[in-house]
Amino acid sequence: MSASYPSRTRKIVNYTMLSLTGLCTLLVVSVLFTILAYLLWHGAHALNLNFFIKLPAPVGQGGGGVANAIIGTLKLLALASLIGVPIGLIGGIYLSEFAGGWSGFAVRYTTDLLNGVPSVVMGIFVYTLVVLPMHHFSTLAGGIALGIMMIPIALRSTEDFLRAVPRSLREGGLALGASKSETIFTIVIPAAIYGIITGVMLDIARVAGETAPLLFTAFGNQFNSPGWMQPTSSLPVVIYNYAISPYDEWHQQAWAAGFVLLSGLLAVSILARVVLARGKKLSHG
Amino acid sequence: MGNIALSTPEVPVPTRGLDRKQTWLERLRKGDEALHLITFAGGWSIIVITALLVQHLWVYSRLARHAFGWHFLFTSTWDPVNGLFGAWPFVYGTIVTSILALAIAIPIGLGSAIFLAELAPRSLSNGLTFLIELLAAVPSVIYGLVGIFLLIPVLSTAMPYFQKVFGWLPIFQGTFYGVSYFSAAVVLAIMVVPFIVSISREVLLAVPISQREAMMALGATKWEVTWKTVVPYARQGIMGSIFLSLARALGETMAVTMVIGNVAQVSTSLLAPGYTIAAVIANEFTEATGDLYLHALIELGLVLFAVTMIINALARLLMLTMKGHEVAA
Amino acid sequence: MKTVMKAIDLDQLSKAHEARFSDIERTDEQLPWPQFTVAGLNFYYGSHQALKDINLIVPNKRVTAFIGPSGCGKTTLLRTLNRMNEEVPGTRVEGSIRLGDRDLFSIPATTLRRVVGMVFQKPSPFPKTIFENVAFGLRLEHRFSRSEIADRVEHSLRRAALWDEVKDKLNQSANGISGGQQQRLCIARALAVDPDVLLLDEPCSALDPVSTAKIEDLLFEIKNTCTIVIVTHNMLQAARVADYVGFFLNGELIELNRAKQIFQNPERQQTQDYITGRFG
Repeated sequence: MSASYPSRTRKIVNYTMLSLTGLCTLLVVSVLFTILAYLLWHGAHALNLNFFIKLPAPVGQGGGGVANAIIGTLKLLALASLIGVPIGLIGGIYLSEFAGGWSGFAVRYTTDLLNGVPSVVMGIFVYTLVVLPMHHFSTLAGGIALGIMMIPIALRSTEDFLRAVPRSLREGGLALGASKSETIFTIVIPAAIYGIITGVMLDIARVAGETAPLLFTAFGNQFNSPGWMQPTSSLPVVIYNYAISPYDEWHQQAWAAGFVLLSGLLAVSILARVVLARGKKLSHG
Repeated sequence: MGNIALSTPEVPVPTRGLDRKQTWLERLRKGDEALHLITFAGGWSIIVITALLVQHLWVYSRLARHAFGWHFLFTSTWDPVNGLFGAWPFVYGTIVTSILALAIAIPIGLGSAIFLAELAPRSLSNGLTFLIELLAAVPSVIYGLVGIFLLIPVLSTAMPYFQKVFGWLPIFQGTFYGVSYFSAAVVLAIMVVPFIVSISREVLLAVPISQREAMMALGATKWEVTWKTVVPYARQGIMGSIFLSLARALGETMAVTMVIGNVAQVSTSLLAPGYTIAAVIANEFTEATGDLYLHALIELGLVLFAVTMIINALARLLMLTMKGHEVAA
Repeated sequence: MKTVMKAIDLDQLSKAHEARFSDIERTDEQLPWPQFTVAGLNFYYGSHQALKDINLIVPNKRVTAFIGPSGCGKTTLLRTLNRMNEEVPGTRVEGSIRLGDRDLFSIPATTLRRVVGMVFQKPSPFPKTIFENVAFGLRLEHRFSRSEIADRVEHSLRRAALWDEVKDKLNQSANGISGGQQQRLCIARALAVDPDVLLLDEPCSALDPVSTAKIEDLLFEIKNTCTIVIVTHNMLQAARVADYVGFFLNGELIELNRAKQIFQNPERQQTQDYITGRFG
């Protein structure tokens, strides 16, 4: 009677366990919505024009903003991209088109290693590398820290998308008398470009929210930070500092900043997926 | 062996185009060796950067390493004023919060993964997975924000009732002020669940249909098929996702430091405030007076680096040896 | 793709051949000059020897077909003629090949491939517009003006019998046309740089009979200006298009002769067996 109708207990167990899994999913998804909803509610409240264009004001005065943090984040991301994207792209081309055997393995392994470094340790590294010799915090140091953090994802994502280009396309180019580098630049990279751009966008979005490395490199600034050699404020650091402060006014600003940061990240994430989908559509006629 | 013998006239066929010498510009454009060199440099620059990182961590922790060695990880007195650096409170806090976070996240994450892979219709599954993966994109500091202003108040209201039932256990004793190991563990669990769900779902989906069909033909219920066949088949990938999550939890800084209380003590109660390695570095680094203090913190950073590196390597090993199915984490 | 060989009537083959080439055969008593001269060629993939002591001549401005069962080395030989095999790691070549009066291996590979073009089995247009696909080779040379490129693109598409079908959609993606059209696009792409030789690796095996017929027709047209070497699984195709046929087996060249000779009166037993379908 082994292969027969399952017993009542087994059916109950079946039903219960399966329902539990559904509950788990519901729990996870509701957490997401709760976070988003809370941010939306509290953050949107505190948003006003001042928030975007004014510098922080002393507590109790009101009317202050986080303009310097927004500009700081933008500058940091720009510098980080300048460092992270080229190295990631070039390294990705190396792994996909040139690297053989042990050299490729070494680079790939080290990239994954670098990717796993906790962000706070990265902050320590850039502190000892840049801040100590310079004897002060700077936007430069912050940009370098974020830039190094960008490299592994840019590299692996570039490599993956380049590898996905079929070998027949490369052969087609070579058979027409193109050299390997010509094939790479005129056929392979254009074929993979949507994916590469998507990877870079998501990469930038990821480092935009990093706080710990900035604590020891860009540090923070109440005022504007001209140039690259002075400490600078940034959205994540502002959120942190304001959140742990005792002032309700600053808590509001933390929410607003959190809302702006998260909206930006989500927008870029969704945009990246749209770009990727469009790229897929184009390459398949 | 050709029959077309070599009795053909030796007059060669002129072929066009072979004589034209390449201009230097053409040689430049065809610079395969140059590109190889440039990309090689780009790839290996990462190795250089990583080596530099390790070297700096090592050099800038020497004062503490020479003074305390490694067993400072097990001494409990963290007294910067008197130059005593015992890191056991942080080690303890890191271990406790990470393990508790996983204890919460694994059942919920695995349960969701099973639901999404085995039960939900494909479009619903894809949509929900997309949303859950969005959770992974939320920065740590925002988790901390929500942790301070939403989670802790909620926990604080619920805690008296909870303690009525479980308060006799040593791990749930003491007054709950909100900031605690427990709160940190809950926040970490939320942060880590998307990874477990995403990766586990992928490996569950990759289990061949034949495995399930074999058991279904024996009259097993859906749950039995899933739990007894599919999940075990995918266990390496699932373990990999757990290791990955562990590595993440160990290194998490901002969300933890915002809800754990940042008190260098060792407490058996989960409801007491505590400290983790990442949190103490974040808090005290820029305030560190004196080289020894700084080096002690950097030594902690070195420890954190080594531990996460080992766990990540284990995770990757598990996932790579998974029956040829590679998962991009 | 292994074509199942049924017993084939030699008469049927020779009739197909006669229909096409009867008038040329009569005037073509003297052997044309050699485009390729292959002597003592051995080829290795790692430790596996794929070609054993190949000696042959590919005649100028004619269609030469390489036939034989799967794995006999015909594609390997084809890809050696434009040195595409060098792109695969672990390969080794011994022996000599001459292109006209030049040593094949002394010419830079990129220059060689402008003169010896190739069309592959699976149509693989670049993910670009139809125009850009054909213009690709021209743009590599950096010496043609915009109008020159446009002219040459049109000329190549006409030679490939594709112009009328795509002239209104030159700026559309090449992935939007049918498989047979894509393959003709690849032929146009190869022809655009005006090569002396065109190598085709089973160009019709992935196509329907109508597209196959179109391609065979255009080969007939272009061989006047271009030596053609075609690898094919399809005996009837070889009979239809080839002037000369080389039969390969297990990495060796068994027999190379005028197509009529091979199909009507092969000298070697193995050739006879293959042609009559005793093995595929």
